[in-house]
Amino acid sequence: MGEPLVFTFNVDGGDFTSAGQASVAVKKNLSQIGFPPEVIRRVSIAMYEGEINMVIHADGGVATVKVDENCIEIVLADKGPGIADVEKAMQEGFSTAPDEVRGLGFGAGMGLPNMKRYTDEMSIDSTVGVGTTITMKVNY
Amino acid sequence: MTVKSLAEKLNLETVCCPCPEKEVSGVYIGDLLSWVMGRAKAGDAWLTIMSNVNIVAVAALADTAAVILTEGVTVDENITATALAKGVNIFTSRNPAYETAVDISKLI
Ligand SMILES: Nc1ncnc2c1ncn2[C@@H]1O[C@H](COP(=O)(O)OP(=O)(O)OP(=O)(O)O)[C@@H](O)[C@H]1O
Ligand SMILES: [Mg+2]
Repeated sequence: MGEPLVFTFNVDGGDFTSAGQASVAVKKNLSQIGFPPEVIRRVSIAMYEGEINMVIHADGGVATVKVDENCIEIVLADKGPGIADVEKAMQEGFSTAPDEVRGLGFGAGMGLPNMKRYTDEMSIDSTVGVGTTITMKVNY
Repeated sequence: MTVKSLAEKLNLETVCCPCPEKEVSGVYIGDLLSWVMGRAKAGDAWLTIMSNVNIVAVAALADTAAVILTEGVTVDENITATALAKGVNIFTSRNPAYETAVDISKLI
């Protein structure tokens, strides 16, 4: 592979009817390239959780997926409220999701743990009042 | 067993079945989407009472074989077109999740 392939998506905030579209598009692209299903599944799940978090917690953001020679890198950047206590947010079950999205099935506090579990590397760069950037890597 | 024959054997009502030949290899029961994302396996039939449009993306991305809405729950109007476009099979069952899972376990 020469130049890395890059996909970029604007993720709208507060739109739950089309939430997950960027992840679905990435899944389709990776399938067409011919990645193994298990790699695609890991990228899809990790990216979906991050995408939904930007919709629910940060009023949207930008998702970028870079396909490199040995790894797929997912970067989710938003200008939302930021995460005050990242360690706490990473714990299974911790959630500040509002009631109306809990009624849709979100808010289990499992999204960030899933992102960690399904990727080989994950880092969270967040500043309260400025925004959050999450970078994940899936090696293949 | 394929989704199509499973649906026939269980007398499930079809909401949409764009990929009838998918193999069902297990069952996952749950309504909280991140639990499903984290714990369901590819090829599982996903049994839930959650019926809003977000289940379509979850089912597509987690590679579940089919969504089965239990307890006679019906889908929201706008789901079918989205599910067809994303290749997600959706059925409804009058039975509760436990009975449905037991029935599936006898077949697969
Ligand atoms: N991009 C973000 N901006 C601001 N806060 C965030 C962001 N992502 C996560 N958080 C915070 O971290 C918490 C935990 O996130 P996590 O994804 O694990 O759970 P959740 O989104 O609340 O529920 P679930 O993902 O299970 O539906 C959130 O409730 C929220 O407080
Ligand atoms: Mg989340």
